[in-house]
Amino acid sequence: MTVAPRGSIASPTTSLTDAEYATIVERLGRHPNAIEVGILAAMWSEHCGYKHSRPLLKRLPTTGARVVQGPGENAGAVDIGDGLLCVLKMESHNHPSAVEPFQGAATGVGGILRDIFTMGARPIAMLDSLRFGPLDEGRSRYLFHGVVAGVGHYGNCMGVPTVGGEVYFDPSFTENPLVNAMCVGIVERDNLTRAGAGAPGDIVLVVGSATGRDGIHGATFASAELGAEREEQRPNVQVGNPFLEKLLLEACLSLLPLGMITAMQDLGAAGLTSSAVEVAARGGRGIRLDTARVSRRESGLTPYDVMLSESQERVLLVVPPDAVPRVVEYFARWDLHSDAVGEITDDGEIAVLDDGDEVARLPIPLLTDDVPTYVRDARPRPAPAMPALPPEPADLGAALLALLASPNICSRRSIFRTYDHTVRADTMIEPGLGAAVVRIRGTTRALAMTTDCNPRYTWADPRRGAAIAVAEAARNLACRGAEPVAVTDCLNFGNPERPEAYWELSEAIDGLGEACRALGVPIVSGNVSLYNETDGVGIKPSPIVGMVGLIEDRTTVVGGQFREVGDAVLLLGPVGAELSCSEYLGGRGPTPSLDLDLERRAQLVVREATARRLLRSAHDCSDGGLAVALAESAIAGNLGFLGDPAIPERLLHEAEAAGQSRRLDAVLFGEGQSRFVLSCNPDNLTALTALADEHAVPIRRLGTVAADGFSWSGLFSLATSEVSLAWNRDL
Amino acid sequence: MKIAVVIFPGTNCEDETRYVLGERFGQQVDLVWHRDTDLAGFDCVVLPGGFSYGDHLRAGAIARFSPVMGAVAEAARRDVLVVGICNGFQILCEAGLLPGTLLPNAGGTFLSTWVHCRVASGDSPLTTGIEAGRVLRLPIAHGEGRYVADPDVLARIERNGRVILRYSDANGQVAEATNPNGSMAHIAGIASEGGNVVGLMPHPERAADPELSSQDGIPLLGALTRGNGRATLDAPVAVGTASGGASSVSTTRAGARRGSRPA
Repeated sequence: MTVAPRGSIASPTTSLTDAEYATIVERLGRHPNAIEVGILAAMWSEHCGYKHSRPLLKRLPTTGARVVQGPGENAGAVDIGDGLLCVLKMESHNHPSAVEPFQGAATGVGGILRDIFTMGARPIAMLDSLRFGPLDEGRSRYLFHGVVAGVGHYGNCMGVPTVGGEVYFDPSFTENPLVNAMCVGIVERDNLTRAGAGAPGDIVLVVGSATGRDGIHGATFASAELGAEREEQRPNVQVGNPFLEKLLLEACLSLLPLGMITAMQDLGAAGLTSSAVEVAARGGRGIRLDTARVSRRESGLTPYDVMLSESQERVLLVVPPDAVPRVVEYFARWDLHSDAVGEITDDGEIAVLDDGDEVARLPIPLLTDDVPTYVRDARPRPAPAMPALPPEPADLGAALLALLASPNICSRRSIFRTYDHTVRADTMIEPGLGAAVVRIRGTTRALAMTTDCNPRYTWADPRRGAAIAVAEAARNLACRGAEPVAVTDCLNFGNPERPEAYWELSEAIDGLGEACRALGVPIVSGNVSLYNETDGVGIKPSPIVGMVGLIEDRTTVVGGQFREVGDAVLLLGPVGAELSCSEYLGGRGPTPSLDLDLERRAQLVVREATARRLLRSAHDCSDGGLAVALAESAIAGNLGFLGDPAIPERLLHEAEAAGQSRRLDAVLFGEGQSRFVLSCNPDNLTALTALADEHAVPIRRLGTVAADGFSWSGLFSLATSEVSLAWNRDL
Repeated sequence: MKIAVVIFPGTNCEDETRYVLGERFGQQVDLVWHRDTDLAGFDCVVLPGGFSYGDHLRAGAIARFSPVMGAVAEAARRDVLVVGICNGFQILCEAGLLPGTLLPNAGGTFLSTWVHCRVASGDSPLTTGIEAGRVLRLPIAHGEGRYVADPDVLARIERNGRVILRYSDANGQVAEATNPNGSMAHIAGIASEGGNVVGLMPHPERAADPELSSQDGIPLLGALTRGNGRATLDAPVAVGTASGGASSVSTTRAGARRGSRPA
């Protein structure tokens, strides 16, 4: 379809196109008034309406035996046994964070926490996936420090441990940083709460914070490119109050089991407008709101302001009339506002009143199902060619140290030590190396969780890069013996009206779908953030994958660090001497290959080996390849590694046989997929090898865990301390 | 032993504190809402970690005015065990029940990490029976943990052996390099003059379970729960409160659903 210029209607703060406006007039049979235009612009924004992504998202697998709630609610939910559900969701707060990093990131955390507890679930862990420009740029440092401080500020105060996440630095994120926050919660099956309206006459309450002017037009702001005037958008950024949110969380979670709440919905993007519309739409009802009844924190707010404010720490409740006094009294005890602002109706429309006078009325379907969807022209970007390889370095040890110290590989400790990751006293495996593990008290189980997406891979090939993001996430979970049970994704892309960006989005969604199907894990929730673009230059496509895995017997869990001197060190999986697209090559060249069936089998071997207690450590090979994985396992265990001198020649031979470079740097730093560095008691070697053979996954012993020194005859000979010092640097 | 774990708005470590003391150490633990003014029958009062009142103004500065604090002070006066962990330590200092104060970390940021602490004195409810010099590996997670006191106050608590834990290295050596927050004299925990009130920044309740990465909180909490306490508040303590909403007895039993907390 043809596209009219954007932003030409009514006010510069609406993003309705002329064609969209014409459609609205036709459906309504009249021109909408100013308040209605505000509501329509918010609900028809990309952020709320998923105009470009909805047709593509239908391709994703969202069902499975464990799925209790798929996409469409505040968050997804899967059955994890013992009568419990795991609730998960990831969401972006990119645009606000680009303008005001501290508050942007903080309120991103606040929003995702509300998505979890409005499902009735107790948040048990947070993860964050961040992207910035290179840290030698002043703006990137400012954004980086502000975002990290904002995430910590909110999460720490809430008492929810931040246990994982990842960060990449790449010039494509200089103007458009990414801030994606993921939250995982637990709820007893019977207490799962949904957000569909109840019966006509049920009362609609807004609880929590009073409403102010902050965040007005946040949804439309998040649905457009950031231009040079971005600093002027600062007033569109919300301000967070984690203390108030903590009260809201405790009040809501303690109220839910009493059975007085019909529906609960977070007030997020587009504030009262979207949550009222969504509640009504899910229940197939209408809704009537009187904005005069909403508590305000400042005077002079118009109905338009109240409907579109994105003030934080607010939740919408639907309550039967007879329960209202008790609910109001309950929140008052927590010093929280609870305003009865309206009621559920049976007319299928949203009516907005201002002290009794109707000021807006729109059909609910016009704001939900009738939001137009666009299928754009997709223009593939040719895959990058394999660059000529530089000469092999004379000193492979120096090359390893340089990689270990590079911003995309070095330790993330300087970030996660500012996040409380031990609160709740359930964090069994802390952030630092691979997936974190959080136990579930009262059961034998634990959950492993991770976020992954390598922007180099998704740039070179969005489809395979997205598939690798899924594979890598599941690989990280396999290292903890966890079976992947659910994915939440956050699709961060450029302007979908640009054919190349639309192609990236479409391809990445297909890649996610392929890998999720192959590995048997459904996508139960997610978020789409488009228009991460400035002056026509978009970010590297970033379909961030958040994945949760279930560990049946948490006493089997092993970490990524070497444990005992004398343990055998093995490489499970293909030799993987693919330098293409690697950190070592600066990301040049096509995305590494991915064999999803081999991936599935390799993960199965690691999970089964963990369940049979054959392993002492498991770590995946990702950025920096085999040598970096070996070094990380050694550093984290305060131990060393001694390579078997006969093995490099064998690996070179394997590489050659696989049609890869017969080069030692390719063996050490290549980023071939589906690989694990394992360590085990030598007594378990036979059983482990037999298990790998049974599933036709290559395995070979590389060497031995040493007390000191990181060396491999003919490759490198380094002191443990210099390896550790290179990696353990502050960002 | 009957233990009260006090919840202020913004407290966030009450659940694991209750779990560890109740289920790992077998004590009777009641969660007590900050508007309660009656701590009768308790042998021990624990102020757990968190961000009471969002740490607005200064950590602990608002919580000290909560209705329950009158009863906490009365408990302290009557030789009942009173323990403040992290934010609880900050509140006890703000309330004047422990000397000194806790300022923002010298590094300027919140710090969540594992530290080593050397037991400096075995003469406190948390360290009884632990030999001085023993090194414990414990987690910290705070933004305002830099212990500061006037020179004469510091001299007095040192002289009287009221420093119970100091940040150290794994061998028990104290040095600036292993002091995570710039605390004076590397202080991680102290006891009151009377000895029954203790405060510490590290979280022993996060290191008291074989499934977690350290169990070094076990000796501390073991010392606390080994005896029957020193004294029990045996009569309701009438304390005037500013809040008209103060309820009478509304504690919940250990293990009660979290839903019934502030009823």
